[in-house]
Amino acid sequence: MKKHILKLTVAAIIATFAVAGFGQSGDILIKNATVLTAVDGTKENTDILVRNGKIERIGKGLNGGSGVRVIDATGKFVTPGIIDAHSHSMLDAINEFSFSVTSMTDVKDVLNPKDISIYRALAGGVTSALLLHGSANSIGGQSATVKFKWGHRAADFLIPDAPLGIKFAMGENVKRANSGFQSGQEPRYPRTRMGVVETMRDAFVRARNYKKAWDDFNAKKTRIRPRKDLELEPLVEILEGKRKVHAHGYRSDEHLNLLKLADEFGFTIGTLQHGLEAYKIAPEIAKHGAGVSIFIDSWSYKIEAYDSIPYNAYILWKNGVLVSINSDSDERMRRLNLDAAKVMKYGGVPEQDALQMITLNPAKQLGIDKRTGSIEKGKDADIVIWTEHPFSVYSRVETTFIEGVPYFDRSADLQKRAELKRERERLEALEVNKPPASGGTSPRIPSAFRVEDRDEADREGGIH
Amino acid sequence: MRSKISFTKLRITFAAVFAVVFAAAGSFAQSDGSQQNQTGKAGTFAIRDVRIVTVSGPVIEKGTVVIRDGKIAAIGAGADIPRGAEIIDGEGLSVYPGMIDAGTAVGLAEIGQGANATVDVAETGNMNANAKAIKGINPHSSHINVTRVNGITTVLSVPTGGLIAGQAAVINLNGSTQADMAVVPEFGLVINFPRVSLFGGFVPGVGRRQIDFREAVKRRDEQIGELKNVFAEAERYGRAKDAYANDNSLPFPAVDIKLDAMLPYIRGERPIIFTADRERDIRAVANFVGEMKVKGIILGGQEAAEAVDALKKHNLAVIFKNIYNLPVREDDPFDYFFTTPSVLARAGVPFAISTGDQGGEVRDLPYHAGLASAYGLSKEDALRSVTLFPAQILGIADRTGTLETGKMANVVVTDGDILEPRTNIKYMFINGRLIPLTSRHTELFESFKDRK
Repeated sequence: MKKHILKLTVAAIIATFAVAGFGQSGDILIKNATVLTAVDGTKENTDILVRNGKIERIGKGLNGGSGVRVIDATGKFVTPGIIDAHSHSMLDAINEFSFSVTSMTDVKDVLNPKDISIYRALAGGVTSALLLHGSANSIGGQSATVKFKWGHRAADFLIPDAPLGIKFAMGENVKRANSGFQSGQEPRYPRTRMGVVETMRDAFVRARNYKKAWDDFNAKKTRIRPRKDLELEPLVEILEGKRKVHAHGYRSDEHLNLLKLADEFGFTIGTLQHGLEAYKIAPEIAKHGAGVSIFIDSWSYKIEAYDSIPYNAYILWKNGVLVSINSDSDERMRRLNLDAAKVMKYGGVPEQDALQMITLNPAKQLGIDKRTGSIEKGKDADIVIWTEHPFSVYSRVETTFIEGVPYFDRSADLQKRAELKRERERLEALEVNKPPASGGTSPRIPSAFRVEDRDEADREGGIH
Repeated sequence: MRSKISFTKLRITFAAVFAVVFAAAGSFAQSDGSQQNQTGKAGTFAIRDVRIVTVSGPVIEKGTVVIRDGKIAAIGAGADIPRGAEIIDGEGLSVYPGMIDAGTAVGLAEIGQGANATVDVAETGNMNANAKAIKGINPHSSHINVTRVNGITTVLSVPTGGLIAGQAAVINLNGSTQADMAVVPEFGLVINFPRVSLFGGFVPGVGRRQIDFREAVKRRDEQIGELKNVFAEAERYGRAKDAYANDNSLPFPAVDIKLDAMLPYIRGERPIIFTADRERDIRAVANFVGEMKVKGIILGGQEAAEAVDALKKHNLAVIFKNIYNLPVREDDPFDYFFTTPSVLARAGVPFAISTGDQGGEVRDLPYHAGLASAYGLSKEDALRSVTLFPAQILGIADRTGTLETGKMANVVVTDGDILEPRTNIKYMFINGRLIPLTSRHTELFESFKDRK
């Protein structure tokens, strides 16, 4: 209990200072910035007027009238909020290891709105993310598409009109190739790439049968009502084009097998996640119409990552594939702007196309591009103010807005540090929080523990 | 001293060999996680009309850098170009010293997960003073090319296992053999300094168990005691050895290769690299170094900013490798690690910035330094933190780390600020050899970029 007191108090303080000093109305006027719109080029000395959380006007010499907070952004850069199309932030559990098909599970059931990773991501300019089940299963759990509304309830994070999603996975993690089995424990089917693809096929055949049973019932061909199946319902939604598949994979052959399987069952894959060898089959991916969400340059950490190259984004882009750059990491999420900069280095993708890979393209992949992903009239004011060009290593986030409300502001953060430090000292001095002189245990560090627990889950099952 | 003519012949020979090897580059890729690394072309080179970022002194806006016999032969606005030199037009380009990462496992680990056969980082056991990283380095690791083509010419490769892990090696990222690569083959002894750890094992169904804090301190002190015993044993061994050297009538002390390996370190002739992160552990290292009278370096240094007094008192430099790490505590400032280098710089603690990566991501070194600069470190110190500062800590500042006449020609030519991710490397030299800007990545890129 005492641990929770410490944790909650600290979280509450952070939540408070994150938004302190700003109005909550979502009415702001950003003046005189260099605006990287992500769709309409870069505009110098430009203002952005935001009302009720929406971008109302972009232009020069704008006037907001009373009640609008004016932010002087002279000499600063403005981009759309960054969108991470592969994250496990906020998730108190990542993999349901028991079966290789766990489509009945949903990460929305385990969202932790007090995960400090949210605040750190905001400090790196990230406003939205696709939160995915882990990659231990051929067909994993249902996903959540969120905005990082730090300080709010978990339910408020969910983007209400975002399409449904689900995690699939292929390769080493699904095979459980790098996970040991305790003695007496039966290895789980499947153990090979052959078995993985058949596990998926079996699930979709069952889903098709299930759909047929319901279609027959609804058409009154039979009066016997089929039994509801929570495993197959999400798969039927995939067959009906109502749920996007986000499929983890590394090797080009397994991606192709998945695309063929999708073709066989008449649906389109939403994103190939990671796709470290996607560049080898870029024309086939373009033909199928799947997006690809990659690490810009992670490689060689395991066998199936050994052929990954940083030119992946360029080759896919050149072939007309919708590419996004993701983090899959609470740490890396904080510097996706630099990952996008690398897209320019490796192959020479133009600046706006590179920026789109962390903004508009993931928005499209998540199906939220009508409301976010670029600085355009009518879109949500998910906006980041940077001290320098966001592709410069010397750049820093000043303020991150979601729907016109600041969820991170560096000067507010700095102002509150002394207060936070005093609060920490006061809490640490309390008898209940003191390291025990004897017996008992010292207070644990909640986030550190959770991260370690997650690493353990990784060793157990590979979360990426 | 070579004559000019024979040198020219040599150049031609090298060029011919280079051309043949280079043409066959793709076919050398091996399936064991390595490839034949191209060792580049020797010769006399002059980079002309280039912006020279010396690091040792002010930037020379336009000048020439001459590379000959593996060294920087001349540098400056008025440097003469020797006859027969290969000219590189540096118009619009900048030249920097090669960057140095002082905390890697380059060459010791190819594929970390699921491929143990390619990993030689951690020996088993607690006392491996005689284990030498230089003996484990694979000169044909694909990480070497991938790293160097981003401007990193030199790394420290560090063994990690047990209490006394072995000796770290300073290597240049070029060469067909370990000997070719070695800059300081036995640089420092790595000791994973005993930590105060609350970890008390796993309880099935419950998870991690924590132990009492006082118990954890007691365990740590016991381990430090064991370490001191090893030092004392090595010291006695050294005295017996010296005594016998002076007087052969004494009994011959049996050679012990592990204790033998300890001698230069316990005598302060070479540095000991202590891995330590938390403030209390860094302070414990400082006390140990003071008591044992050895030369120490901190590797890791998460909370080094909280222990600057102890670091300064005991002349401890910090190889800081946490820029790409999340703050450890939930309520640490979000930029805690980003700001540490600036705190160390202001306090006057010698430090270098390292990726701490095993190999694949060492090429990100410039961005680690750049991020530290975004959060308070001056741009000049950010550049020094991956050039001059690591050279000083590794004891090779007389040979590399800056662009100065007489230094080893580890030289990188860029089209922009070397710390910026959009900057491209245009030419690079290691030990005076012009290195081809190819890697496993460019080879795969060439193979697939035009596939229809």
